[in-house]
Amino acid sequence: MSLELKGVRKSYTEPDGTKLPILDVEHFALEKGEQVVLVGESGGGKTTLLNVISGITQADAGTIAVDGYDLTGMMEVKRDRFRAERIGFVFQTFNLLDAFTALENVMLGMSFAGNTGGKKVAQELLERVGLGHRLNHRPGTLSVGEQQRVAVARSLANQPSLLLADEPTANVDVKNQELVLKLIRDACSERNVSLLLVTHSLDVAGQFERTERLGDFNKPGGSK
Amino acid sequence: MNLVTIAWKSIRQRALASSLTALSVALGVTLMVTVLVMHGVIFKTFNQPATGYDLIVGAKGSSLQLVLNTIFHLGKPVENIPYLYYKDLKANPRIEAAIPLALGDTTQQGGFRIMGTIPEFFGVEYMPGKKYGVYKGGRYISKPFDAVIGASVARENNWDIGSTFKPVHGVDDGSGDAHVHDEEFTVVGVLGRTGTPNDKGVFVHLDGFYMIEGHEKPADEAAAKAAALAKMKGEAVPAATGHDESEHGDDGHGDDAHDDHGHGDDAHSDEPHDAHAGHHHHNHGPIPDEQKEVTAVLIRTKSPIVTPQLQGFINDQPEAQAVSPIQQISMLFSTFIDNVQLMLLVLITMIILVSGVGIFVSIYNSMSDRKREIAIMRALGARRGSVFAIILAESILLCVGGGILGVLLGHGLVFAAAPYVEAKSGIVMNPWAFEWFELILIPALVVLASLVGMVPGMTAYRTDVAKALSN
Repeated sequence: MSLELKGVRKSYTEPDGTKLPILDVEHFALEKGEQVVLVGESGGGKTTLLNVISGITQADAGTIAVDGYDLTGMMEVKRDRFRAERIGFVFQTFNLLDAFTALENVMLGMSFAGNTGGKKVAQELLERVGLGHRLNHRPGTLSVGEQQRVAVARSLANQPSLLLADEPTANVDVKNQELVLKLIRDACSERNVSLLLVTHSLDVAGQFERTERLGDFNKPGGSK
Repeated sequence: MNLVTIAWKSIRQRALASSLTALSVALGVTLMVTVLVMHGVIFKTFNQPATGYDLIVGAKGSSLQLVLNTIFHLGKPVENIPYLYYKDLKANPRIEAAIPLALGDTTQQGGFRIMGTIPEFFGVEYMPGKKYGVYKGGRYISKPFDAVIGASVARENNWDIGSTFKPVHGVDDGSGDAHVHDEEFTVVGVLGRTGTPNDKGVFVHLDGFYMIEGHEKPADEAAAKAAALAKMKGEAVPAATGHDESEHGDDGHGDDAHDDHGHGDDAHSDEPHDAHAGHHHHNHGPIPDEQKEVTAVLIRTKSPIVTPQLQGFINDQPEAQAVSPIQQISMLFSTFIDNVQLMLLVLITMIILVSGVGIFVSIYNSMSDRKREIAIMRALGARRGSVFAIILAESILLCVGGGILGVLLGHGLVFAAAPYVEAKSGIVMNPWAFEWFELILIPALVVLASLVGMVPGMTAYRTDVAKALSN
């Protein structure tokens, strides 16, 4: 099992002190190398779910296991390192750092996993996503599609076992949507990386063998 | 990619703001280094030449004035002391060397101080381990109208061996008080640069100095002074010298010392009077020792143990005072120069602290823009401690970078000012002179940077990753 959630609950506190439940997932799992698309309404807790799975946000209750390791029981420092080493992240807005070149953006993720070298790996990844000729370009000089491809390369730099993609095609044009999606799926298949992709696009969802609707297994407030 | 590289790239991203912030630190450090180096140079300039002699003996009066005038050529001489007193000193068994200096004249060109002394002057170390040397082809004074000149005099007056000059009594400041003597001296040697005020000195043979018209004390005044001194000491009044004033044709000769004599031209003869062929020296005749005076005597004692005893002995006598140049300079520094430097350093420290606040404001203000950048790093696996360290490293890089630039600028400033200061004051400034304080400057800046980087660092540390990413 690559990812398994059991009884995961998360709520936010409103300014007036009341609790606003966001997540209540009784069970959700991904097999090793499996590619799953998660469809849900805007504000339905998709991003929170990814944040909880990656350890960016701490769940209020339940267990989250990645590769058999329970993230909820880990100290924050250990969880950060675990995220760097085992979980790749592709954001909707790419989230590349302007101060760094394409190559450096890829290497940046590697450095947080303790790999301070890795230039060759980063270079190969960028060549894999078709940006071998744009290694030393900064994000501002890259097209939107190219930026997302850099983000994909960065997410795979530490050879993760799980890739989380949050609306990765939402900000790119139709032509690049297909390109980016294919790139993510092919790269995950090549490396046997499990993929959990969140989208609101049914077109995107239709291309995956397994599609889950968040509302089907997430019942915030309903299970209480 | 390590944390420092990441910090450096963030600094580069905000190049203008970062440069201005670092520059403010650099300017503060520049001022500090300049003050420190200048203080070091002044300290050495004043202290080192003062270490060559154990005591300076001169007329009673201000002891600091005696040191400043004798060693540093500053101000006017206190007064003169009898030549016979110098001879007594020279015979003192506790004294290794007693070098007389007779002052009062300057050169017409450049207004450099002329000092009458003896050849032994050049044999005594002017500071520990350093002796005078003359450039090739030159020699030290041996004949009465020989002169040896300092390196700055040679350069500024364009004088060399064989150059001649006539002394001017006093300083030719255009007031009309100055008087050009007819006696002519010949340069026989040019001293190597010493970095002391003597680079701007002209040394003539004491014998020649006394041959200059009017450099003798009138016999009646000399006798009166000797009688007064004898009375103070309770001794018998010495007999008259037997030297009638009329022998000197001293009409117009002034009184005490040489300071205000104004002998008329009618006292001068046009005949050369000694073996210094080709030069127009006056037939002035030998001056009896009773009528000779010296301005100061530089003393090297045989042992440091006897120095205080000798100083006490001289100070107990009515003729003269003996002062330790090192003590006087130390007092001058501790009471005045050190306090001025302390005040300057306090001001500069405040400037650097303000620069530190500037770094704090610069980094802190950038934090709201950078929350997303920090959140991305955290999402990629950066620990809270890592983002804190990155912000701290930025602060340290800016501060230390500015500090190093400031150190270079400070020394560069001294380097640029050195020729000007040397030309004006004769003080040789080594722009690469290193002050121990510079060693703690950089660590102090690291501490300052760490303090000012702490708050922005904590802001980075506490960044809510999910919230910052969603924004």
